[in-house]
Amino acid sequence: MSRYLVRRLLLAAGVLWAAYTVTFLVLYALPGDPVSIMYGGESSDVTPEQLDALRAQYGLDQPLPVQYVTQLGHALRGDLGTSVVNGQPVTTLIADALPPTAQIAGLALVLAIVVGGGLAVVATATRSRRLSGFLLSLPPLGVAVPSFWFGLTLVQWFSFQIPLFPALGNQGFASAVLPAVTLALPTSALIAQMLSRSLLHTLREPYVDTALAKGASRTRVHLRHALRNAALPALTVTGLVIGGLLSGAVVTETVFSRAGLGRLTATSVSAQDIPVVQGVVLVAATVYVLVNLLIDIVYPLLDPRIVTGSRRRVTSPPPPRPADAAPEPAADRVPVTAGGTR
Amino acid sequence: MSARPLSPRTLRIATGLAALGLALTACSTDETPSSTSSSSASAANPVDGGDLTFAIGNDPISLNPTGIGSGNDTFYVTRQLVDSLTWQDPADGSLKPWLATKWEANADQTEFTFTLRDGVTFSDGTPFTAASVKANFDDTVAAGAKSSAAANFIGYQGTTVVDDHTVKVAFTSPNAAFPQATSTVALGFVADSTLAIPFDERASGKGVVGTGPFVLDHYTKDTETVLTARDGYAWAPADRKGAGAPHLAKVTFQVAPEASVRTGSLTSGQVQAIGGVQPTDIPTLQDAGLPLVSRANPGIPFGLTFNESSDLGKDPAVREAIALAIDPTEIRDTALSDGFQVAVGPLASTTPGVADESSHLTTDPAKAASVLEADGWSKGADGIYAKGGTTLAPVLAWITNFSPNQTSVELIQSELKAVGIDATLWSGAVPDFQAKLKDGSFDLVWGNLSRADGDVLRTQYSTTATNFYRIDDPTLEKLLQEQLATGDEAKRTDLLAQAQERLVTQHHVIPVHELTTYLGLAKDAHGIELGADSRLDQLSTAWVD
Repeated sequence: MSRYLVRRLLLAAGVLWAAYTVTFLVLYALPGDPVSIMYGGESSDVTPEQLDALRAQYGLDQPLPVQYVTQLGHALRGDLGTSVVNGQPVTTLIADALPPTAQIAGLALVLAIVVGGGLAVVATATRSRRLSGFLLSLPPLGVAVPSFWFGLTLVQWFSFQIPLFPALGNQGFASAVLPAVTLALPTSALIAQMLSRSLLHTLREPYVDTALAKGASRTRVHLRHALRNAALPALTVTGLVIGGLLSGAVVTETVFSRAGLGRLTATSVSAQDIPVVQGVVLVAATVYVLVNLLIDIVYPLLDPRIVTGSRRRVTSPPPPRPADAAPEPAADRVPVTAGGTR
Repeated sequence: MSARPLSPRTLRIATGLAALGLALTACSTDETPSSTSSSSASAANPVDGGDLTFAIGNDPISLNPTGIGSGNDTFYVTRQLVDSLTWQDPADGSLKPWLATKWEANADQTEFTFTLRDGVTFSDGTPFTAASVKANFDDTVAAGAKSSAAANFIGYQGTTVVDDHTVKVAFTSPNAAFPQATSTVALGFVADSTLAIPFDERASGKGVVGTGPFVLDHYTKDTETVLTARDGYAWAPADRKGAGAPHLAKVTFQVAPEASVRTGSLTSGQVQAIGGVQPTDIPTLQDAGLPLVSRANPGIPFGLTFNESSDLGKDPAVREAIALAIDPTEIRDTALSDGFQVAVGPLASTTPGVADESSHLTTDPAKAASVLEADGWSKGADGIYAKGGTTLAPVLAWITNFSPNQTSVELIQSELKAVGIDATLWSGAVPDFQAKLKDGSFDLVWGNLSRADGDVLRTQYSTTATNFYRIDDPTLEKLLQEQLATGDEAKRTDLLAQAQERLVTQHHVIPVHELTTYLGLAKDAHGIELGADSRLDQLSTAWVD
C-alpha cells in the first residue's frame, strides 16, 4: 500500500507540474500582457516608456524561460506571487476565495448524491414502467440545460418573484441554496445516469435472483446488495465531477454575484492577471488530484477484490462504461439466513 | 457520458421550462412609464439616517482614488471618499468652487494658482492645506502609468506651496484643460497618512483617508464596499443644490455582475439603486414604474474614425462616400431607443464646448455613389466598387464594450453594401483590439470615449497623442494644440468649434449616436444624481424614505 501511495503521490506531483506549465504557456500565448491591459487602454495617454517601466517591475521584460523558471521556483517555495491588478498576494486572494466556493460546492455535492442517487434507486426499483421511463429521461435533460439559464431562472422565481432567497452576495446559508442547486443540477444528472445504468445491470445478475429466492425482500436486495455493487462506477464519476463543480462555479458565482474561486478565475483571466490564474489552476488541480487519490484509496474498502499495492493490478474500475464497470457480485455476501427488511 | 436521443417527453418538458423562463420577463406590473432625468425627483423633505444599497456591475478593484480600478464602478465608490478642488456643474459644464474657492491661470496656460477653502479636514482629523495638494499631485506624478490621472500631468513641472491656502501648479507646456481635470475623482485628495502607504498597497482601501462625505467601513472583494457617513462634513460644493452633510447613514455598493440580476434585485426591492442599466432593461424598469436617472455622456459619441495611414482611409472621396452612406438615425432607431441621441458632431451634446455640426452630417447614398464615381471608382460585376485593382472593401474594427454595438456595426455594414462598399467586420478581445489599433491594420474603427472636456479631441486625434488614426491634417493639428494653450473661455470654445467642423467636413470622423448613462432607482430613493462626467456624483444629496 505504501509503495502504491508513493507512486500515486509522484503522479499527482507530475499532474500539478503539467497543469502549471500548460497554464503558463497558454497565458503567454494570448495577445497583450497584463500591463498593457491594465494600464495601456485605448484612451490613456500613458507613454510606452512608462509601460516598460511597469513591465520591468513585474518581471515581464525577462525572456520567457527565465520568467517560467523564476515563477516555478517561487511556487515550489509556496510563494505564488502577487496580483498584477490589485497588488494582493495570490495566496491571500485564494485563501479568501476558497471558503465560499467550498460552501456551495460541498452543498451541491451532497445534494447531487442525494438527488441523483435517489432518482436512480427509485427509477430502477419502481414497477411502473411510466414512472421509470420518466425518471430515466431526466438525467439527459439535466445535463443539457445550460447552468447560466438555469441559475437565472432560479433567481427569477425564488428571489425576484417569490422572495425566498437573497439574489446577491455571500449572506450566509440562505444565499448558498440557489447557487448550490444550480451547481448540483448537472452533477446529480451525471450521478443518476451512471448509477441507474449500473443498477439495472447489477439487478440482472444471478445473485440477485438467488437472494430473492432465499427470501430477501426486494427493498433489501436493491439497497443492500445491488446498490453496494453498483456504486463503484458512480464513485469514479463523483471524482470527476469535483472538477466540474469548480468550473461550474465560474458561471454560478457570476450569476449569483458571489465572491469565490470561480469569480476570481473569471476576473483574473479577463485581466490576464497571470500569477492569480496560475494560482487558481494549481489549487483546482490539487483538489482534483487529492479527490481522485482519496477515491482510489476508498475502492478496496468497498470491494475487497480491488487490490492495490504489491500485487499491482486494476487499481480503479474503468470509468464511464457502467455496464462493464460494475464488478462481478460476490455471491458469498448474500446472507444465508433469509431476513426481512430491517 | 453516452449520447442518447431525447425522448418526446423530455423535449416537452424542456420546451415547457423554456416557455416559463420567457413568460417571466413579461411578468411586470402595468404602470405608466416613469420620466427620466439626470437627478431623481426630490419632492419630499430629505430623511436622515437611511441605508442605501447600490448594485454595481464590477468589483472596484482599487479604492485608491488615483489608482486604476474597473472604470465607472470604481469612481462611483471613490467619489464618495474624496473631494476635488473644483466641481463641474452638470447643468452647463462650468467649473464651480469646491475645495478651491478660486483659481486663475497665467496667460500661456502653464501656471495655475488655486486658493483653498478654510476649515477642511481629512476624516483622520488632519487639516487639508496647500501642502496636501502638493503632496497628492507629486504622488500621482511619481506613480506614472499606475495612476489614472497620469495623462493630466503631462509636462508637470511641480507644485509650489505659496502659503497654507494658496498653491501654484506649473507645467512646461500649456494645459488649459487642467482646471477641468481638477474636478475629477482621480485628482481627489487623500491624507498624508495615506500617501505614506506604498501606492500598490492602497488598493484595498485600508488606510485610504479622504475629506469626502463618506468613509470606508469595509471592502470585501467581489462582494461589497460599505461606506458610512462622516461627522462634520461641511464643505460640499456651494453651487450644488441640496448638497451638505450626508443624509444617508450607510451606503453599500454591492457587486452584481449580471445586468438582469441587478434589474431583478431592484424590481424585487433587494437594492435601492443600480448602475450599468443595459438599454434592453430600460423598458422593464419603466414598466415597473421605477424612476430612472439618465444623462448623455460627454466626450466623443459612438461613431466611426478612419485610419488615415491605410489606402482607403487616406482617400478623401472614400471617406466622404462612407460618411454619406451611413444613416445615424436608422442606426439609433434599430440598435437603441429614444433615450440615446443621434450625434450632433464629434463631441456629445453634454460636453463643454460642443458645436452643433449636424448640418454637415447628411445621409445621401446616391451622392455617395457619385462621389466615388467622380474619384474614378467603378462598380465590378459583384456590385462592389473598385479602382485600379483595389476593391472598396474596408476593414471595420469594433469591440463589444457596449452591448448594442453589434447591431450598430452590422447595420453599417449593410448600409455600405447598399452603396457598393464591402465592409468586413473585425472584432476581438480587448488586447487584440488594442494591438490592432497600434499596428494600424484596419481602415475604420467603431468606438466612443467619455470625458467632460473638449480637450478629448486632442487626446484622440492629435498625432502627438496616442495617434491611432494617423490623421495627416496640419490645420486640425494646429487647432487642437492651440485650444490647449488658450485660457480665454470664449476663444477656446471657438477653436474647439473649428476643430469639430474640420473633423466632420474632412470626414476624419463619422459621429453616429451618443451614449447615455442610466441609473435605476427604487421609489423610496431620492436625490441620487449623475455628475458632469455622467458618473455618480457624491451621495451627499441622497436619502431613502
